[in-house]
Amino acid sequence: MWDFVKLVVLGAVVVLAAIAANYARDVAYLVHALIFMAAAGAVFLYTLRNVGKVKVADTGYMDGVIRYGVIATAAWGLVGFFMGVWIASELAFPGLNFQFLEGYGNFGRLRPLHTSAVIFAFGGNALIATSFYVVQRTSAARLWGGNLAWFVFWGYQLVIALAATGYVLGATQSKEYAEFEWVADWSLTVVWVAYLMVFMGTLYKRKEKHIYVANWFYLSFIVTIAMLHIVNNLSIPVSLFGSKSVQVFSGVQDAMVQWWYGHNAVGFFLTAGFLGMMYYFVPKQAERPVFSYKLSIIHFWALIFLYIWAGPHHLHYTALPDWAGTLGMAFSIMLWMPSWGGMINGLMTLSGAWDKLRTDPIIRMMVVSVAFYGMSTFEGPMMSIRAVNSLSHYTDWTIGHVHSGALGWNGMITFGALYFLVPKLWHRERLYSLPMVSWHFWLATIGIVLYASSMWVSGIMEGLMWREVDAQGFLVNSFADTVAAKWPMNVVRATGGAMYLTGAIIMCYNLWMTVKRSPAKAEATAAAPAE
Amino acid sequence: MTKAPKKQKKEVKTTGHSWDGIEELNNPLPRWWLWTFYGCIVFALVYMAAYPAIPLLKEATPGFLGWSTRQDVAKDIKKFDDANKALEEKLVATDLTQVSEDAELYHYATSAGAAVFRTWCIQCHGSGGQGAKGFPNLLDDDWLWGGDVETIYTTVTHGIRSSADDDTRTGEMPAWADVLEPDETKSVIEYVLKLSGQDADQQLAEAGAIVFEDNCAACHGDDGTGDRDLGAPNLTDAIWLYGGDRATITETVTKGRHGVMPNWNARLNDADIRSVTLYVHQLGGGE
Repeated sequence: MWDFVKLVVLGAVVVLAAIAANYARDVAYLVHALIFMAAAGAVFLYTLRNVGKVKVADTGYMDGVIRYGVIATAAWGLVGFFMGVWIASELAFPGLNFQFLEGYGNFGRLRPLHTSAVIFAFGGNALIATSFYVVQRTSAARLWGGNLAWFVFWGYQLVIALAATGYVLGATQSKEYAEFEWVADWSLTVVWVAYLMVFMGTLYKRKEKHIYVANWFYLSFIVTIAMLHIVNNLSIPVSLFGSKSVQVFSGVQDAMVQWWYGHNAVGFFLTAGFLGMMYYFVPKQAERPVFSYKLSIIHFWALIFLYIWAGPHHLHYTALPDWAGTLGMAFSIMLWMPSWGGMINGLMTLSGAWDKLRTDPIIRMMVVSVAFYGMSTFEGPMMSIRAVNSLSHYTDWTIGHVHSGALGWNGMITFGALYFLVPKLWHRERLYSLPMVSWHFWLATIGIVLYASSMWVSGIMEGLMWREVDAQGFLVNSFADTVAAKWPMNVVRATGGAMYLTGAIIMCYNLWMTVKRSPAKAEATAAAPAE
Repeated sequence: MTKAPKKQKKEVKTTGHSWDGIEELNNPLPRWWLWTFYGCIVFALVYMAAYPAIPLLKEATPGFLGWSTRQDVAKDIKKFDDANKALEEKLVATDLTQVSEDAELYHYATSAGAAVFRTWCIQCHGSGGQGAKGFPNLLDDDWLWGGDVETIYTTVTHGIRSSADDDTRTGEMPAWADVLEPDETKSVIEYVLKLSGQDADQQLAEAGAIVFEDNCAACHGDDGTGDRDLGAPNLTDAIWLYGGDRATITETVTKGRHGVMPNWNARLNDADIRSVTLYVHQLGGGE
């Protein structure tokens, strides 16, 4: 019966999508309708072929969806890093802005493609996959909701496809990190609610008495992102058959809502979510207890309470009233130690196992990740200080800051988690090659250092050049002067990015060979709990 | 990980829970961490007292320093205004042709002029002064009304065909469709094309020469080189305000042209007008 309901719904989606495609007012919408049609059609056929098959009751942990998540994370990572290297090269060598790409593949279209691919496709898939893994292990329960987890995975990939095609075809609402238009926004909302249900459901039926700290962070990430996403994307479609929508907020209110969202996308997506990852994979890989339970409680609540207010520091010296900027800065300063609580818990968990830094390149990766986390969560509050911000704002410094967080913290902890997960999920004894992990580690680390330091130099130089006035108070440099002066730093930046990408390619090869070649592990059946 | 985690040798106990083999030690909060956290909170509170911070019904608390971004900018501007006051007065008092003799004054005038230009002029004349259709290029040697500083100064001050200033510059390019016969229009256009060295119907151009002499030469001159007193453009060169192709010249002749530039004396003070005059003069075409 349930199968037939599904078939009817999917059939209806196919037909409605076809109608929408027929009435489409722009290319982006047309492509989106066709993507919907193809996706619903594929699921329709899949369901039809499996009607009436007797289903074996699933037991043990649900790992299939996590395996897919790991593959998606690695694949989207490569796409996102490549786009980054590409547009960084365009900045250094403008000749790469090829004429034939104009209108679809020019810098302005590719830049959101890069940021979204890295944050949402790479980071998002990493978070979803690891949260599914961690919540099952630490709750000793199978994922709640049956195939709902698969819906979350495939639905999320669908949203990524909608966003990516939308950017290239010009469907954007011009809000940083929230560029995708209403069709993708609404789809993501549905997927995210399903994600929340799977996660909460699994926690609800857990066999452990207490909820492990990693799950607090994951849960705060899922709940807060839902809230941020909905409020920042309140918009009214111009037409039901067009991709364009109009924002509900306007002017400085819109800017404030946007940066409340933007800052907390960093705070809850890239910080809280990834701290959840850190709290599981670091103690597992180090085989050490977490340093301090007390610290984890205090810094968790302090972090999520303080982060949400810090957004206005993105709008210093704008039309935003001074008082809002003051509050944003004050909360950012207070946020410093709560952020560092996670770093302390991560690093100190290794006390008594420091020798592993020498022998285990995966631990090394995680330690560098936590170190970059600490560095960028110090840099952030510092840059929120008005006086510092007056120099750093709009310069490459901000971009360097974001990347030491994204490449250093988010990227490295994800790589560590992937190296941990792949042998477990594919039942391999060990990774294919540890020296390759070392190569990846050094390429990535040196790449980040090149990237971050070139952007510091470039950003501070840019800031100083912009504000330089002569004795009579007139600006000394034109904007083009600063662009010319940044050239060497732009080349270094692209080089650093290329090294990081190379490391990721080595990782993908290593993981692939682990699945293909590494000896299978003797089956340990005790790991899965009874349902 | 099937291996049980090693027991910590120190006296610190775990909380007694274990999740998938992960235990948690019951270490206290690091002292330095806690005190730095308190320090940050104190700093934040003091900062919020010092600067505008808490929104109340009518306005936010001003903070005991009485600081605001707007005040800050105003202070900066005033500082330079005060410092430059003597120069500004000197600029108004100095003969325009003599400003370039005084290096400091000239630097001030052209820098200030660049700022004025970027604020008020680029909308029509372009950010580099390169002009656009109907809006003259200020970089070349071709001037409608003249390109020496005094003349530019008059043009900027009073504008062109500006209804708000009685001293504005006025020149009339009427709609000749009301005056000439269609075949006369046609022939004079060929003559104008020939004047500027473009391909033209020779026969029509010959007839057009007579039409030109009777109707156009009064302003554009017998040889078509124009008249700066009347703002009549030179028709023999390759520089065109609206365009030099047959279609555009036809439009210009039949419908006439009445481009307008505002009289800037209504919006800018004399020092600003002098500054922007000197800036435009040094762009490349100054005479």
